[in-house]
Formats: sequence, structure tokens, C-alpha cells
Amino acid sequence: MAALYEGYTLCGLVQAQNQSDSGIQGIESERDSDHVVVTDSTRSVTLYKVSDQKPLGSWTVKQGQTLTCSAVYNSHTKEYVAVSDNKVIRVWKEEDIILDKAFKATVSSDVWRVHSVPGGEPVVLFQRGAVRLLDSLLSAPQQPVEEVLAQEEAIRWSTTVIAEAAQFVIFQTEQKGDHFLYLQRPNLNAVQRYRLEREEPGLSPLSFSASYRDKHINLLYLYPNGHVYQSVVSVRGPGMEEEAQALPLPRNLLFALPVGEGLLGAASALALDEAHVAVVGVPHPSAGAGKDFLCIWNTNFQTLQAGKEMSGKIYGQLWSYSSKLFIPHGKSLSVIPYECPKSSLASALGKLRQARTEGEMRKIHTNNNTEIKRTAPVEEVQREVEGLLSRSDIQELQPSVGQLASSLVSRSVADPAFYTPGTLAQLVHTQCLCHSVCPDLLLLALERKDYFLCQLCLQLFPDVPEAVTCACLKTFIRCSEKLSIVVVDAQGAVLPTVFFQHGLEVLQTAYSDTFLLPHLKDLSSQQVILFLQYLQFLYLRYSQDTFTQTHGLRSPTLTQIMDWVCLLLDAHFTVLVMTPEAKGLLLNLHRFVKSQVRLFSELGKIEGSLEELQKIKVKKEVGQYSIEVIELF
Amino acid sequence: MGEFKVHRVRFFDYMPSAIRAMAFNSRTERLALSRADGALEVFNFADSYFQEKVIPGQDGRAVEALCWVRGRLFSAGLNGEITEYDLENLRPKYTMEAYGGPVWTICSNSQGTHLAIGCEDGTVKIFEVLEETIRFQRNLDRQKGRIISLSWHPSGALIAAGMMDMIKVFNAESGHATHRLLVERGVGASKSREVVVWSVAFLSDHTIISGDSAGKVQVWDGVTGTLVRTHLVTKWDVLALSVSRDESSLLAGTSEGTVVQFQFISSTVDQHDKEWVRTRTFKNHTHDVRALAHTDTAVVSGGMDTQLVVRPLLEKVEKNTQESALRKIAFPHRSLVSCGKKAGMLLFQFHGHLELWRLGESDGHGEEKHTCTLSETHGGCQRWQGDDHICCSALSPCGGWLAYSTISSVRLYRLQYNGSNISITKVAKLPKVLRSAHQLCFSSDSSKLFASTTHSSVIIIALSQSECKYLHTLRPKSGTRQPVHLMSASEDGKWLATANSDCEIHVYSLHKLKLHCTVPVYSSCPTAMAIHPTTSNLVMVHADQQIFEYSLVQKEYTEWSRKLQKQGLHHLWLARDTPITHLTFNPRNPAHIIMHDTYMFCIIDQNLPLPDQKTLFYNQMTLRSLPEPERTSHSHSFKICKTFQHLLCVSLLEDHSLVVVERPLLDIASQLPAPVRQKKFAT
Repeated sequence: MAALYEGYTLCGLVQAQNQSDSGIQGIESERDSDHVVVTDSTRSVTLYKVSDQKPLGSWTVKQGQTLTCSAVYNSHTKEYVAVSDNKVIRVWKEEDIILDKAFKATVSSDVWRVHSVPGGEPVVLFQRGAVRLLDSLLSAPQQPVEEVLAQEEAIRWSTTVIAEAAQFVIFQTEQKGDHFLYLQRPNLNAVQRYRLEREEPGLSPLSFSASYRDKHINLLYLYPNGHVYQSVVSVRGPGMEEEAQALPLPRNLLFALPVGEGLLGAASALALDEAHVAVVGVPHPSAGAGKDFLCIWNTNFQTLQAGKEMSGKIYGQLWSYSSKLFIPHGKSLSVIPYECPKSSLASALGKLRQARTEGEMRKIHTNNNTEIKRTAPVEEVQREVEGLLSRSDIQELQPSVGQLASSLVSRSVADPAFYTPGTLAQLVHTQCLCHSVCPDLLLLALERKDYFLCQLCLQLFPDVPEAVTCACLKTFIRCSEKLSIVVVDAQGAVLPTVFFQHGLEVLQTAYSDTFLLPHLKDLSSQQVILFLQYLQFLYLRYSQDTFTQTHGLRSPTLTQIMDWVCLLLDAHFTVLVMTPEAKGLLLNLHRFVKSQVRLFSELGKIEGSLEELQKIKVKKEVGQYSIEVIELF
Repeated sequence: MGEFKVHRVRFFDYMPSAIRAMAFNSRTERLALSRADGALEVFNFADSYFQEKVIPGQDGRAVEALCWVRGRLFSAGLNGEITEYDLENLRPKYTMEAYGGPVWTICSNSQGTHLAIGCEDGTVKIFEVLEETIRFQRNLDRQKGRIISLSWHPSGALIAAGMMDMIKVFNAESGHATHRLLVERGVGASKSREVVVWSVAFLSDHTIISGDSAGKVQVWDGVTGTLVRTHLVTKWDVLALSVSRDESSLLAGTSEGTVVQFQFISSTVDQHDKEWVRTRTFKNHTHDVRALAHTDTAVVSGGMDTQLVVRPLLEKVEKNTQESALRKIAFPHRSLVSCGKKAGMLLFQFHGHLELWRLGESDGHGEEKHTCTLSETHGGCQRWQGDDHICCSALSPCGGWLAYSTISSVRLYRLQYNGSNISITKVAKLPKVLRSAHQLCFSSDSSKLFASTTHSSVIIIALSQSECKYLHTLRPKSGTRQPVHLMSASEDGKWLATANSDCEIHVYSLHKLKLHCTVPVYSSCPTAMAIHPTTSNLVMVHADQQIFEYSLVQKEYTEWSRKLQKQGLHHLWLARDTPITHLTFNPRNPAHIIMHDTYMFCIIDQNLPLPDQKTLFYNQMTLRSLPEPERTSHSHSFKICKTFQHLLCVSLLEDHSLVVVERPLLDIASQLPAPVRQKKFAT
């Protein structure tokens, strides 16, 4: 059964001026399965190592220029090719740092796209339908380019496919509501033209995808009404003479996706293999509206194989390279590994016992435990953990996650050089861990000053003991004393910002007064004053509407803050009274409490009066005699 | 349907009288009830608890106990007399002095041959029940204290008598006391006070059960004369006891307003010895429960708070039926208000006097609400001196005549108005034939007075300024002996309809002065009826809430009536538990019938479709919320208004405004004496 694994973010999206655009123009594969070239919709091209989620290089055209087609990688020459401002073809190598200094050539007609596939030569598709091999074009950039398309005919989508050692450029055009498909072999200059059957009036295909199988080019296209059609085109089709009538393209309805109400806006269907289609931007049949899913459908059995909710907006873009789906959504570009095993009806219906997966699982267990206990390098551990985490049945692996975390922590404790913060954070994020499963984790994070992990643990562990909470608190206060970055509150008191990042989580952990109080007593009076100032600051801020919940962090409630104030005062009251520096603070708190008490008593009075009003309304005095008017209907 | 101007009247200070005694006749399913003012009422439990007969009281006649002997009803009171009632003429049949001082109790043996009375002087007197009267037979051995309560053993051989501090068992044959059962006094301060055995019950297994002023219900072995069990049920008095016919259940009424049930059952499952176990407590009264009756299916109780309460025992009745609902009967099932439609006047009938009111003029037109102050209405009060209480009264439509009757006489008055002054002149000479009336009614032009008398006959008197002349006596052909309880004259002066307790409705032609027709007898008693002013259709509503319309011209039920019967009335209409007591028509719209019970008034529009069982019956709120054009599709013929509650009268005046006379039960409750003990929070 096909599966979508845990994804990760490759990069953030830089939004273009309009929100409907993801800001990504195209993603192309590079030298191997782990590298891609991402072209944004304005000026830059970035090379990523996918598994590292890391950019390896980036190139930008000058201000004022725009990249008009996504950069492709020519695997023969190990060069990148892109087009700026429709007519300028640019070619560069990875070592070239400044794009402007690399090779460029201006051609005589506007370029639509440059296509390149491994094992094929880069081809240039002009906007008017002509196709040239890149090499031959660059040998005479100003050569005349013929017009293949009719007037008012424009390319909507294009790709290139290698079939039987020949390269085909396939592009789809639109002319006054009619859609045509062109198959062109650049070497032979032979073109096949097909007319797409009309769907419901006004509907144009939302996405195309083409693949070569069994001597035929398979086309898959999706309409806004959720219909996915498949057309099969023979690569040895008849050649077409100029002005000849376009052949009708036979199609069959692969399936009709449930679209709910209305039509699809931004959606995309991508053939993954002969039996699986990845679809994005189509509602999940069993999820509520307003949620976007990436789904894998089995076309043979028309079953939904896997689904994954995508947060944020979906732009209807989807790429797939070497078993990874690339999908821009919200404010990031995510990479989602997938698997489409050979399908059988039993597996499509989820009835096949998958012995293989279980074997694999066992393998992961043993691998992890043995390898980590030995001294595997950090990267390897990381990869192993990622493999584990990408599994869909992560909840069932809870014991092994705990075991893994424990062994990682014990190794980190034993070996001061070894520490895998990202991996640990990922493990904590699974929510399969709690403090009692891995009691040393939080202390290790504290020791290594990994405050991010501390915060995460405080947030996600339901069972942090009061002693540990207090230890975290002390550490946060101590480190904030050393740091110089401060904010100034309304009273002019100086507060360290570190608290903003970490202190909030401490305030939100569960605790019991009796157990926390003795640990709080260990704080020094200076620390107490600082913490009290901080709490007062928070309280004042939070009681004003302007500051609430705007800062993305989980924020404690007013009651939680107040409880901490009370606890602190309980623990240190005598000390505070004796400390001259605390006097102002205590007076402030006193004044504050007094005003609150007065406010509440006033509110109580109003409540009494309002209740009276209500009573008056109910009672209706009827005298001994009255004349009334009633209406019957 | 439109707007109605409503005179909302709350100045009728009607005060029902406390219930003193009760007797249930399980053979006829009639409950006889006496009130503190001496009035006697008979309810037909087989016919929706309809109050079919009322015998007005008399000053100085306090009925302390009631007793049925087959179909005959006897009472005894503190005036020292035994009275048998004439239930056909609604008056005492005869009264017999017992010569034993005030009589506290009366009780018959199960054979119905003898009556025993308990007297203040300490005697138990035995009377033989004869065909037409009763005859003193003998005294049982005279005791030192007064005899408060009595109970015959079902065999008739023994009589238990509740006294002060003790119960005595007499041999009814020899008259000697065979046992003396000493009843313990209350504890504390009440130790010094004598305990009064308010009630005793003698069961067939010789068990004697007593209820006393110390709050105890005690079970005695009547053979050995020993106390078996004491149940302390209240801090105050146990005033009444009642045993079910099969002697498996016992009720005790207390001064706290509660009724406590005891049942004769095995206290544990596998035990065969049965005993009297306290099972349930009902609290439906605010004051003393003075009278109790245990019917086969219900607890019937009444007392100081004046309401008759029928509380069905849920294991004995089918659940969620009419029968299983609690009923409280607070108002009489007949009209105490008569309305001078043309003059805008109201006549209120109290037991000892009448009040005449003129309604205020309203000057506001189209105003939402117009309140007139009381000073604008004119009150006149007619107090009548004498012993007998008023049994019926009537005001002529023009407001010029007023008539009332007691069991002994009929009085007629001429009313004259000079501005705000009113002069009342008694009409001195009335025809001799007019001795008393069960019902009185004026013709619509106020020229005739109809008075129903014995055997459902009606005497017609012609009224004029100069004299009052006897015209005719109308008699039904059925030979009924029952009294008329409803009488209605048609607007056009052609017809007069009467209804009696035999459920017969007779219609007389006033032109021909003879019986026109008899409406087919329906099993339930009519509670209200009226003749339509233009179509001459007689509309009748019965105690079981059924409505019929009978064409006097065709002498058959009308099409509408047949349709209504065929379709059936809405179940919510049938579920109402107070009878329709008055019915009138709207001269502006002949299709409208206006009727009311205690909790609502209703305008039936005969032109609209009848509601079927699925229709939303009380739909006024819904219709109000709908836009005008949609209303017609949702409306049905029953327009029910519940704005006004505790209604004693709803009538339509000549100016098409409605008069609504309300008597809030809360106002009645506020005039009652304070109850012995009010349950307060945490006490």
C-alpha cells in the first residue's frame, strides 16, 4: 500500500506580491536523487541538498531582470541553464558565483521553457511553439524561429520525455477555449497535434503530467470538476503537415475525485507510477472542508491509499523526484517521501499482511540500539532516527522511541563530545516521550544549555517534577542575569529577554504547591526579585488587551501568573520584607492588589443592581381592573 | 382573527369554603363533599369528575360527617341534627334531631340497614334506615367523653368508637363496650392535653386503625385489644383515615397537608406475615387535610385550602392517560357570574350575597392597553338576609332585572340607573308557583324570566313594569326527576334549552310553548351550551370535553358537528382537566364560538379547518411570529388564549369587547388562615 512519510521543510517561501502564487517557479532534479534546483518566481536559483535541508549554492540575476523560466541542470555538461527576460539564455556552472559574469546569449524570439532530462539534451521551447536543441540554438542565437502556433494560441504547459532513445517535447496549448496537445521531436522536426476533448464549457485543465510507459506516452490531466483523464499517445504517431486538422485525442476518465461544492481552484495531479497518482488541492473525502490534503490514489482500484494534511495554503504545485514529493504550502516548501509498492487488490484494500514492513521495523529496532550504543557518527544516528520518524505507524513505535532517546541521552552524558540536539528535539516532537520515560533528557538539555530543547520538554512533557521545573527556572534566571539584552517595562525596570523565550514555558507546567514551595525557597533573594518583576510585568501586559497572544508563543493565563506570584511571595515573604531593593516591588504589588479588590467589590455592587433590574422585568402587576387589547391569530 | 378589547376583571373576591367531609360511593362512583359553609357537592367520578350537583348551605348548618347508604346521602353536624338530602331537588329532604348534643360523626354498617352517630354527650346512637326516613333505635352504653369517630366492623356486630384518650369497642347487639384501648398522649407539652382520636377504621380481620391528635397512626388488634404498631406520621394531628375497599391500603390525612399511605404488605420478600407499612407521602395541600376518600384507583383529599385533589395511584391506572393525571378542582363547575351584555354589567354570586358591578368606559381606541381605575366602575351590593344560601342568580341582558333563588324562595328585583346612582326595588308579588329554582335565566329582550324547578320543568314568568305574570310551565316528556343545571334562551326569543343531570337536553319552542325536541342523549353530562343567534344551532360541550352542534331546525347534528366527531378532537383539547363552563357567540362573525374553562378561553372558527392530531394545537405564538400571508395556511379552527388564568367567566359584551373575570388562586390562598407549619429551608 502506498504511503506518505513524515515530511520536512526544504525552505521557506518568499511570497510574491500576490498571495495566490507560491513564489516558486520550478523545481528540477540535479546531479542525483538528493539534489534539486529551485527557481523562484523572480530572480534567484538555489541548489539544495534535500536530505540535509540545506542550500549548497544560490545565483541571482541583477535587479530589474527576471527569470522567466525555471533553471534546469544539464547532466552532460554539469551546467545550469535558465532564461531571463524571455530572450536571454544563461548558462553557468556551480563554481560560477556571479551569474552576470557567466555565459549569456540573446535569441530572436521569446522562450517559453528550457527542458532537460537526464539522458537527454536540453531543448528550448519557444512561446510560438518552435523547438530547438540548446546546442544548435546557441551556435546561432539570432537564427530565425518559425511560428508553429496559430494566432491567439498560447502554451499552457510543457514537458519533455525520453521515449525509445528519442526525446519528445510535449506541450499543451489553448486557443479560444480549445485545447491542443503537441508532440514534437526536436531532432526530426516532426510534430503531432491533437485536439483535447472539451470538458464542461469553460473548464481548462488544471494540471498535466506525462510519462512514458510501454511504448506510449501517458498523459494525465485534471479538470477543476475533479475529473482525471488519461490519454495514451503512441510515440510513433503520424507526422503532421502544416495546417492539417488536429486529431482528436482519445481519453478515458480515470476517476472523478470528490470536489465537494464548487470547483477546484489550485490543484494538481501527478502520476507516480502506472497505478498511483498524487493529488494535491482536492478535498480529502472524509475530512472536513477547509483542510488541504496531499493524497495518493490508486487508479486501478480507485482507492485512496494515503493522505496527509498540508497546513497553510495550497498553490496547486507538485513535483516528484526520486520518491519524494515537493509541495509548496503555506510559507514553506515541504519534501514528503512516499512509497508506492506494487499494488494488488488486497493491498489496495488494506488487507494484505505486510510481512516486509514488520521485518523492516525489527531491523530498525536492532539497528538503532546496536549502532547507537556503539559510536556511530552523529550524521548516521540522525539519518537512522529520521528513517524511524518518517514511518507512518510512529505511535506504535513508542517503546522504541523511548529506548532510542534514553540511549542517545546516556551516550551524550557519557561522551561530552556527542550531542544531537535536532534529533532529540525530533524525538520529543513525536509526543511519544515523557519525563518519566527519559528522566535525564531535560537535565542533559539544561547542562548543555540547549534552552530550546528545555522549552520543548517543558511544553510537551506532562510529568515534569517540581524539582526539575525549579532547576530550569533557576538556570533561566541565572543565565538572564549574565546576558545584557533587556527590555524595559512600564515602571522602568530592566528585564532580560531570555525570560520571554523560556520563562513562559516554566509558568505553564503542571505543579503542586506543596512540592514546588521547598524548591522555590532555594532561590536567592536577587533571583526572586527578578522573577517577581518579570511576573508583574507579564501580568500588567497580559491584563491589557494589546499584548495578548500576539507573539506566537504559548502564553500563560493570568491565573497561572498570579499563582506563581503568590507562591513566590509565600516562599520568600520574610526575606523580601527585609530586602530594601524589594520594597518598591512589594508596594507596587500591594497597590495593584488593592485596586483589584476595590474593582471587584464595585463590580459586585453593580451585579446586585443588575439582578434587581431583572427581577423588576419579570413581575407584572395586574390591578383589580384593567382594559387590555389582545390579538388572536 | 383580529383584536379584542378585554375588560380584565379581578375584583370578584370569590372565596370557596373549606372542605369538611367526604364520602365516596363506589357503586355509583359519586363523591359527596361538604364544605364549611354547609354546602354539599356531588362529583361524578365516572364522568370526568364533573360536579353534577350542588346543594347550597345554610347559616348555622355545619356538616361534620357524610355517609352514603346505597344511593341515599346522610349528614350529621354540630347542630345536633341528622339530615338526609333530596338529590333530585337539591335540598335537604328532612332533618332529624339526635338529642345527643353536637354530632361528630355518622357511619353506616356495610349492610346499609343502620346508621350510627357519635354525640358530644358520649352516646353512640343507632338509627334504622327505613324506606323514606330513618328511625332512632337505641343508644349504646353511654361513655364519659364525647364520641369523635366511629367505624362499624364489616360484619355489623361490632363498632369501634374513637374518643378522648381512648378507643372503645362496642357490641352493636348488646350495646356494651367490649374493649377499651388507651391511646397514648403526645410527648412534652402536649402530655397534659387530651389526645383526640379523630378517626378510626375497623377492618374485617378485627384490626382497628386509629389516627389521633398526637400525630400517630396506630394499629390495634381488635380481638385482644392490644396495640400492634404505632406510626408517628406528623408532629400535628392525623385528622382523617380512609381504607381501600380491599383493605390493602390506608390513607391518613394530616394537619401538615400531607396524605400518608400505608399498605398491608410483607415487609420482607419471603415473609408471609403481612403488616401495615408506611409507603408513600403525598403533599398536595397547604393546609389541614380534613377529608379523605380512597377510591380503587386514587387518593381523593380535601381540606382547609378548599381544593379537591384527586391523586391517582399510578400502579392502579394506565400510565400517561387522562386517568393518571393529578387533578385539582378549585372552582365550581358552573358559572357564578352573570353578565348584562347590553348594559356592561356583572353580577357576582357569593353564598350569602350578590355583587353588581358596572364596567368602566374606555375612551382609548386602538391603544394597546387602557386601564380604568376602579372608581370609574360602579359597585352595588345586594345583601340578602336569611339562613339559606343562594343557589342560583341571573341578571337580565339589559341590566334592568336581577333574580336569585335559594332553596326556599325566589326573589326578583328591578334595577334603575340615574347617572351613577342605582336604585334597587324588590318586586313584591311574584306568582305563587315560583317557590324555588335550580336555574334562572332571562330572555334576551328581558321580557321573560325562566326558572327551572322540580323534575326539570321550567316556569315562564312575563315581566313588565307593572306586574309579573305566570305564563306557562314547560315539562319534558322523559319523566326525568333530575334537576336542570344548565338553561339557555336563544337570542331571537324562539328557543329555550335545558340540560339536566341525566344528561338530557330538551329544547322548547317559546312561540308554541311546548317541547320542540330532545337532543340524543350523550353519555357525558353537558357542562355548557348555547343556541346560535342566527342559525339556531345548539352548541353543547360535555364533561368529557366533546363538542356537539345540533340543528334545531333540522333536528339533527350539523355537518360541522359530524365532521368534528369523525375527525376527533385534538388530544390536547381532550387532555384539559377543567370543564368548559360558559359558551357564547360572536354576533359579528356567526362562525365564531367563544368558550372557556379555568385556564384558557377559546374561539372556535367553524370556517377554518379542524386541527388533526399532528397539528400544533396551541399555535397562537407560532402564528404571531409568521408573516401575515402565511398565517392562513397554518391556522386551524381552535384559537386558544392562555393569557388569562383562573377564569370564572369569559363573555362578549354587546360592544364586542370581551369580559374576563379572573380569580387568581394565589389571591384565594392568601386569604386562607396560616397553615400549622410551613416548611422552611433547613428546618
